Amino acid sequence: MTKINELFGKDLTVLNVGLASMAKSVSDQGVRVIDLDWQPPKEGIPRLRQTRSGVSMDAANQEVVSRIQRGQAVLIGMGIARDVIPGMHARMILHAGPPIEWQRMCGPTRGAVMGALIYEGLAGDESEAMQLATSGAIEFSPCHHHHGVGPMAGVVSASMPVWILENKAFGNRAYCTLNEGLGKVLRYGGMGPEVYARLKWMASDLYPALDRALQSLPNGIDIKSLIAQALHMGDECHNRNRAATSLFLRAIGPALARTNKDNEVLAKVIEFIDRNDHFFLNLSMPAGKAMLEAAEGVEGSTIVTVMARNGTDFGIRLASMPERWFVAPAGQVQGLYFPQYTEKDANPDIGDSTITETAGYGGMAMAAAPAITQFVGGTPQMAMQNTLEMYEITFGEHENLTIPALNFRGTPLGIDVRKVMETGILPRINTGIAHKDPGVGMVGAGILRAPEKCFKDAFEAIKEM
Amino acid sequence: MIVKTLIKTSEYHDSVSLMLVARELSKLESVQDAAVVMGTEANKSILADAGLLTEEAGAASPNDLVIGVSAPSDSAADAALQKAEVLLKQKASSVQAGEFKPKTIRGALSSNPAANVAVISVAGRYATDEAWEALSHGLHVLLFSDNVSLEDEISLKKYAREQGLLLMGPGAGTTILNGVALGFANVLPRGPVGIVSAAGTGLQEVSTLLARHGVGISQGIGTGGRDLKKEVGGVMMLEALKALQQDDATNVIVLISKPPAEEVVRLILDQLAASVKPAVICFLGGDASQSALEKIPNVIPARTLYECALLAGRLIPDEVGDVKTFLDAENSGLAKQAQNLKARLNANQYYLRGLFSGGTLCYEAQVIWKEILDIPVHSNAPLPGGSTLPDSTKSRRHTAVDLGEEEFTVGRPHPMIDNDLRIRRILQEARDPEVAVIMFDVVIGYGAHPDPASELGQAVEDAQKLARGEGRELVFVASVTGTEEDPQSLSRTTSTLEHAGVHVCDSNSAAARLTALLVSG
Repeated sequence: MTKINELFGKDLTVLNVGLASMAKSVSDQGVRVIDLDWQPPKEGIPRLRQTRSGVSMDAANQEVVSRIQRGQAVLIGMGIARDVIPGMHARMILHAGPPIEWQRMCGPTRGAVMGALIYEGLAGDESEAMQLATSGAIEFSPCHHHHGVGPMAGVVSASMPVWILENKAFGNRAYCTLNEGLGKVLRYGGMGPEVYARLKWMASDLYPALDRALQSLPNGIDIKSLIAQALHMGDECHNRNRAATSLFLRAIGPALARTNKDNEVLAKVIEFIDRNDHFFLNLSMPAGKAMLEAAEGVEGSTIVTVMARNGTDFGIRLASMPERWFVAPAGQVQGLYFPQYTEKDANPDIGDSTITETAGYGGMAMAAAPAITQFVGGTPQMAMQNTLEMYEITFGEHENLTIPALNFRGTPLGIDVRKVMETGILPRINTGIAHKDPGVGMVGAGILRAPEKCFKDAFEAIKEM
Repeated sequence: MIVKTLIKTSEYHDSVSLMLVARELSKLESVQDAAVVMGTEANKSILADAGLLTEEAGAASPNDLVIGVSAPSDSAADAALQKAEVLLKQKASSVQAGEFKPKTIRGALSSNPAANVAVISVAGRYATDEAWEALSHGLHVLLFSDNVSLEDEISLKKYAREQGLLLMGPGAGTTILNGVALGFANVLPRGPVGIVSAAGTGLQEVSTLLARHGVGISQGIGTGGRDLKKEVGGVMMLEALKALQQDDATNVIVLISKPPAEEVVRLILDQLAASVKPAVICFLGGDASQSALEKIPNVIPARTLYECALLAGRLIPDEVGDVKTFLDAENSGLAKQAQNLKARLNANQYYLRGLFSGGTLCYEAQVIWKEILDIPVHSNAPLPGGSTLPDSTKSRRHTAVDLGEEEFTVGRPHPMIDNDLRIRRILQEARDPEVAVIMFDVVIGYGAHPDPASELGQAVEDAQKLARGEGRELVFVASVTGTEEDPQSLSRTTSTLEHAGVHVCDSNSAAARLTALLVSG
C-alpha cells in the first residue's frame, strides 16, 4: 500500500504554512491544525550541511549534544581560588564574559574589581583600587579561560573560596565562587564595608563548614540530578533556584550537622543558604560549564558551548572553535525593577549565567518555571511559549532534563548557530539587572535575547570551516 | 491631495492581513485611497495606477512593506500612516497572546509528530523551500501558492513520487482529503466518486454538482494546473489515479483537466486501462483526445464539467436519469429564458463579458461559447487556438477574463477571497455601451469570501444603475458553485444575487449557455 492510500484511512493533522484563513477553515471542520507563525527566511543564509573538508555538521552536532547529555556534574569539594583554579595568581582578577580591558569595563564590573582589590587588601580604598586597576599591575582574564564561570560581574580574586565540580563522565572540572545573596553584593558591583564583611564571613565561616561537610561525602553531591529535580519543582536554575537551593540544603544538611561542632555557626550557615534563593545558581552554573566544556573540540559542530557577557560585550564560543570569541555589544534587559529604579539605571546584560541556557536549562526551560514571571516579568503562558520557541533553534532535546508541563519533554538543548540564522530566532535569556554605576548593586530582573551579531559572525566562520 | 508612503524594511505580512489593514484605512473619512502591500513589482504598478507610487515606494524591495495613503491634508495622511502602524502591531500582538505558534515546519513537527499534511500558501518565492522542507519530513503537501517555477514543480513532484507522497500544486486551490476540505472547497457528502483534478474550480464545480444530486465523493485531489503539461508529465495525476484505483471506498473515478499534452494523455490512458473501475474524463476543451478516450471500455469522456458531474452521477445506479434527455430539456428551457431577456437589450448591445474567479469555470464557459457563438471570444486564458486578450485589464468584443490568473494575484488575495477587483471590473464593463450581458461565477465554501453575494450583488445594482443612467439595460447571469451546507449557503447566496437582479443558473455550464444565447442569432 502506498503512503497515499495509507493517508486515505487516517485522521488528518495539518500544518498550515501561510494564510491564517486556511488554518481556520480546516479547524472549523474539527480537524487538528498547527498554524505556523511563518516568517520569510533571512536573505542570503545558505543551508549549511558539511564543512569544507566534508565533515557532516549534523553528525558533529549529534556528538556534541550527546557529550553534553552524558556529562555528570558532581560537586566534589571546595578550595581557594589561587590554589585550585588553573592559572590563577595573587594579582589576577577573573571576570565574566569575553575578554575586556579596564578602560572598556562597565560600572558594575569596575565596582566588583575595585571591591575585590580592597577585599584582597591590595588597595586601601576605592581610589587606590581604581589606580591599581588602571596601572596595568593587575591581570584581567575571563572566568571562561580558566574553566570557570561567574554570575553578573563574575569577579574572582585569589583568596576567594570556590566550588569545585567534576564532570565524572569526562574528568574535567569547573569552578565558581559562592553566591552572596541579593542586594548590595560584589557580583553586582557593590562596594562597601557590608560587602567585604559578608565576603570575609563566607571565607572564614561558610566555606570551612561547607568544605568539611563535603569532605565527609565521598561521592560528592550530584548537581545535575538536583537540576533535573528542580525543573520538576518550578525552577529553571538560572533566575529561579528556590527549589534547587532547598534540595541542596537537604542533600548537604546531615553532613553539615555531622562535621560542624559549633551549633551557632551551623545555624548561621543554614540560615545564609536558606535566605538566599539564588544560592544554588553558583552550582547550576559551574555544572553547566563542566558539562559543556567536555563537548568542546568537536570538528564541524555548529553548536554554541559558551554564551557570556561582561556588561559591555556579549560573546559566544562554539564547540568546533572553543578558543574563539564572537562578540557583540551587550543588550538592554526588559524587565521588572525594584522600587525607585527604572531602566535608565540599568547596566547592559552581564554575567556568565547564560551558561545555563547554553546547557539546556535557564531560559530554555522557562516552561518548567511559570512562577519566574513574577521575578522577570511576563505571564506563565509566555514562559511556556519561550521554551516552545527555543526548540526551533536547538539541535536536540535533553534526555535527562525534562519539563512536566510539556508532558515531560526534554528541554531544548544545543543552540545551533545555523538554526538561529535560518529562523532569525535568537536565544532567550533570563537574567538579573545590575545598576550601571559601580557600588550600587542589583536593581531588577528580566528577559532579553542574545544579540544577533555574535551569531552572524559565528555563521560566517562556520561557512569557512 | 497629499500622497504619503511609509516603507518598513524587511517586514513581512501575508496578503490577506494587509488587505484587512488597507480596508480599515480606507474606511477612515480623511483617507482618499490607501494601499498596504509588499514592494513587489506587480504591487508597485498597482500603486502607480492608484497614484500612490512615491519615489521611496518605487525604491522598495519585495521584502519591504509599503504603506501608501492619499488624503486631503498632510496631517490626515500622517494620521493614516500612524493608524496603519497601530493596526499592523495589533495583528502582531494578538499572535503572541494566543496559543504558541511554531515558526518552522521542523519546529511544528517536533511538537506534533502526528502531522501528515502541510498546507502551504506563502508567497511563491518562498513556497518551494517550504514544500521541500515538508516533503523531506514525510508530509503530504498541498501547495496552494502560485508563482512557483516549472523547474521547481518538476523536481518537487519527482521527489514526492519517489517518497510516495502527494505534492498537490503549485496553484492547487482545492483538495478534499478524507472528507476534509483544504483550501477552496465545499461541504460535501462522503461517497463513491474519487476525483483527481488539475483544475481547482473544476473540482469544486463537479463535486458540488454531484452533491446537489445526492452523490458524495471519496477523495478530491488537486494536482495544480500544470501537472498535465509535457514537462511535468502528469506525475501527480498518475499517482493519485493509482491510489484511487486501489482505494476500496472509490467506485467511480473522475479526472478533470484542461487538455493534457499528448504524451501525457497516453500515460493516463494506460493507467486507466489498468483497472476496471469506471472513469469519467473531462479534458475540458480537448476535442482531439475524445476519440482516444472512447476506445477504453471503462472510460466515458465528458465535454463540460456539468456533463462530467451528470455522467459520474449516473454511474451510481438510479441517481440521475439519462444524461442526454436531461440536458436537452434543460437547454430548451434556457433558450426560452434567453428569448425573454433579449427584449430588454438595445440593438447595439452585442457583446458578452465573463468575469471569472475560477479558472476552470472561465474555461468551461469558453468551451460552450465556442460552440454557440459565430465570432471568437477573447480571453487572458483562452482555449487552445483561441484569441488572447492583448491587455487583460481591457475587454474587447466578447471577452472572458480569469481574474484568478497569476497576473492579477501577485501580492494580492485571490478574487474568491477579495471581491474588489471583480467589483471594479463589473463597473468597468457596465460603462461599455456595446455590452449586453455580464456573466460571473460565485464560488462559495471554505476558503472563499464569507459573503460574496452581498458585495457582488451591490456591484450589480450599481452597474445596472450606471447603465440605466445611460439609457440601457444590462443582463447579469451567474452561477453559484457550492452546496447548501457551505458556510455561505447555496440558497442564501442565490437569493441575495437574485434580489440584486442577477439571473442565477444551476451550473456554470447553464449560465454560459444562457449568456451566449443572449448575444447570438
